[in-house]
Amino acid sequence: MQYDEKRLTRIVATDCGSTTTKAILIEWVDGEYRQTIRGEAPTTVEAPLNDVTKGVINSVQELEELARLKYNNPNIRFMENGEFVIPRKGDVGVDAYVSTSSAGGGLQMMVTGVVASMTGESAERAALGAGAIVMDLIASNDKRMNHEKIERIRQLRPDMILMAGGEDGGTIKHVVEMAELVSAADPKPRLGTGYKLPVIYAGNKQAIGEVEETLSNKVHLMITENIRPKLETENLGPARDKIHDIFMEHVMQQAPGYNKLMTWTMGPDHESVPIMPTPAAVGNIMQAVARAENIEVVGVDIGGATTDIFSVFTEEFVFNRTVSANLGMSYSISNVLASSGIANIMRWVPFHIDESELRNMIKNKMIRPTTIPSLLEELVLEQAIAKEALRLAFEQHKEFAVTLKGTQRQRDISEAFSQSTSGATIVNMMTLGLLVGSGGVLSHAPRRNQSVMMMIDAFLPEGITRLAVDSIFMMPHLGVLSEICEKAATEVFNKDCLIYLGTCVAPVGRNKPGKLALSAKITLPDGTVFNEDIPYGELRLIPLGVGEVAKAQLKSHGGTVLDKDRNKELEIDLHGGKVGIVLDTRGRQPFELPVEAEARVPLLKKWMKELKAYPEEILN
Amino acid sequence: MGQAYSAGLTVTDSIVLRKDRLLPLKGDVLVKKGDKVKAEDVVAETLLPGKVVPLNLANKLGVTPAQLVSYVKVKAGDKISKGTILAENKGLFGMGFMKNSVASPTDGEVESVSSHTGQILLREPRIPVQVKAFLDGVIAEVIPNEGVIIENKSAYVQGIFGIGGETTGTIKMLAATPSEELHADKIDDSCKGKIIVAGAFIRLAAIDKARKAGVKAIITGGVDDQDIKQILGYDLGVAITGHENVGITIVCTEGFGKIDMATKTFELLKQFEGFKTSIHGRTQIRAGVIRPEIIIPLEFQEDELTVVESKLPVLEPGTLIRIIRQPNFGKIAKVVGMPEELTKVESETMVRVLEAQFEDGKVMRLPRANVEVIES
Repeated sequence: MQYDEKRLTRIVATDCGSTTTKAILIEWVDGEYRQTIRGEAPTTVEAPLNDVTKGVINSVQELEELARLKYNNPNIRFMENGEFVIPRKGDVGVDAYVSTSSAGGGLQMMVTGVVASMTGESAERAALGAGAIVMDLIASNDKRMNHEKIERIRQLRPDMILMAGGEDGGTIKHVVEMAELVSAADPKPRLGTGYKLPVIYAGNKQAIGEVEETLSNKVHLMITENIRPKLETENLGPARDKIHDIFMEHVMQQAPGYNKLMTWTMGPDHESVPIMPTPAAVGNIMQAVARAENIEVVGVDIGGATTDIFSVFTEEFVFNRTVSANLGMSYSISNVLASSGIANIMRWVPFHIDESELRNMIKNKMIRPTTIPSLLEELVLEQAIAKEALRLAFEQHKEFAVTLKGTQRQRDISEAFSQSTSGATIVNMMTLGLLVGSGGVLSHAPRRNQSVMMMIDAFLPEGITRLAVDSIFMMPHLGVLSEICEKAATEVFNKDCLIYLGTCVAPVGRNKPGKLALSAKITLPDGTVFNEDIPYGELRLIPLGVGEVAKAQLKSHGGTVLDKDRNKELEIDLHGGKVGIVLDTRGRQPFELPVEAEARVPLLKKWMKELKAYPEEILN
Repeated sequence: MGQAYSAGLTVTDSIVLRKDRLLPLKGDVLVKKGDKVKAEDVVAETLLPGKVVPLNLANKLGVTPAQLVSYVKVKAGDKISKGTILAENKGLFGMGFMKNSVASPTDGEVESVSSHTGQILLREPRIPVQVKAFLDGVIAEVIPNEGVIIENKSAYVQGIFGIGGETTGTIKMLAATPSEELHADKIDDSCKGKIIVAGAFIRLAAIDKARKAGVKAIITGGVDDQDIKQILGYDLGVAITGHENVGITIVCTEGFGKIDMATKTFELLKQFEGFKTSIHGRTQIRAGVIRPEIIIPLEFQEDELTVVESKLPVLEPGTLIRIIRQPNFGKIAKVVGMPEELTKVESETMVRVLEAQFEDGKVMRLPRANVEVIES
């Protein structure tokens, strides 16, 4: 059900995170939707309060207080007697209350399939897209012995299991065998013991009878449409919807206070608006924006424990999400070191540091995750680690966001010599329009220039790409809001959620250091003209403010190109932001840094100075 | 001047502890409320379900899953021994020539036989699991079929990080000061069965010697990350520890690198040298934080066992703090001011700060996030 501004003039949205409940107020002001006020309070799902609604009330009280101050009106209230007043009557009440939740560790799932890279991967995509953390993928061909699989299923205590396998009319035996393993393991749900573990079956429809026979006594079995009815077709929607239903009906029921919270979330007609898992809501808003602007989008949320990457690519706006469960900036910081290796972190550090000192510093951050870098040198080191965490998470994402594997494609002659195969990544940095960063290290970097540097170095955008950060991580709120008002969600996303940092221009291809790489003539709104022939291996920063647009004439040289059509000359509008336009001629495919520190460190210093990333004293 | 809550590790010469000792699955509790127990006593036990052994009978016999039913000799629930014939075909022409049979590879029972997949699932015998008391104390509460809560009065130190599971021993001081590094030459046969205390640091050579000498556990200010990697055989990715089977338990009180052990911790351990102590290295730094513990049970009267409600340590002028990140990592200072406004520190980060006075009288502004309260 969608509403417009006649019915929705004031909306409260909350995101109940593991530690903080964040509330925002969205209002129809002067002919447009704006996010006007925000408040927050600690989440209250654990002892002694054991009731999520307490944290919601506290965060909404903060909103009310700030609204009274802002509008100098002591009568404004959103709740009465501890409940929302819906719809709004003048100063009192709101027209809708919506919420997302990741408290209590979010939604944790296990998935099964027959072939890991086919039905297994489809099941994983459905679960991740629905906002889950996938604890494990168990498949008939995953090289573990059956007894090992049973042990694994028994050890995991997921919130639910999604079982896929077999195209319709395909294998029954392997599907039933997997059901037998699940049955033998007799898995127990993570929260509570008074109910059976929900299991969704979304595999070969010819195997439904046998699967029911094998599992229905042990688990709460639900059947939905096959996730991969044919090898060439992926049908994730029904399984995702089922996951959301179960998340609401079973999982959330077990979390303290959610029964009450579920009765609160509703639109102006008192029609319930389901609580969404936080990452699913982020996926919603990203797809809505990609459609509305007709662009491809990548979003990243780097937290203390995990890094989530969301992307919308191709003309069909295919959405993918990955969670890198052990890449993060505090709890998991040590795993970034273990995964990337010390050399990959050191390659971003513009000064010498003893290796064992760096290792111990990283471990100390892991065991005291709430500390913050007070020394400049430590900030530089943390940002170097962040680049590697983001790079690794994005690599995992690219490997996961692929065309369907195991399919045969008919190719015409023009494709005969191309590299495109089934299972190739759909992430194309050359066609990417917008890269959005969020999470402490990107959103709260002391200088926005540092966020730009981290995002460019980690993601290596190609061609022309706009960069932005979501400073207060409002995307979840807007994602669930889009369920009842897409207009409000996209308007607020563009006006208040994103802080545009600027645009990166990066010619793609190889050249020789010192050779001419890019001729850029950029006319700024005040008439100033930036005109330079830039050699290969350089960075330039041209300040251009938020909302400003510059006219650019770009020409790439040598083996480099500027867009997907391999154009070497472009006339294009470039959008500004808090930082401005970055011209990056350091090369793509490959982007290479000298291995030797003597050659690398002076380059890093030169680039960081040009980007004004750090105070000069640390770069001299 | 304000105040704020801050995290801190507990170091105290007397605390009333209540510890859950629970079974992983329901089972039998072997003690009753009011019983006095020793750390080594078993308080609850249960039988975990045995491993499941899957076997594709149809393949082994060379028949289809649907045909299997006429050859299988057992049914779900049957008790079996290693060698029990599970299925047998009739041989060539039904005459018994080249007869083929499949024997059970294990003792246990039959879980299920499937005519869809031809698979039989066997379950091995149950595995007994026991939960020990871990600390000397009194049974305060019995949770039927699940376990007990044990209470006692103890001297108590929380570490910041550790590896290795639960163990007990008596404390032996090997360092003379909290800033001393413990070298291998100080470890000898007299350390067998002991919990040895280093000062600021211990290296791999000394840890190895302690393992060989039969030391139960090491308490140290700091360790080197590379040494921990050597001991574990892998680089520690996330701090979820305590399950390692490395032959020794190690508890760090301060962190990684050479860091003086807090004087209060060092003096407290010295005071209880020779006392029986329970210790574990279990660490989990995510939701539901777990830190390593050093528990030194004391004599007590039962009416002393009143658990004082734990309070969040408060930062305010006069509070004694320890700095837990560079600069001045490990140093002790006193809070002399709590400015309200956000302040820019060297890294240009805007943070809430406090003003701290060091022992030499120098006053510095530090992020509140980078200190911990020393509880008095």
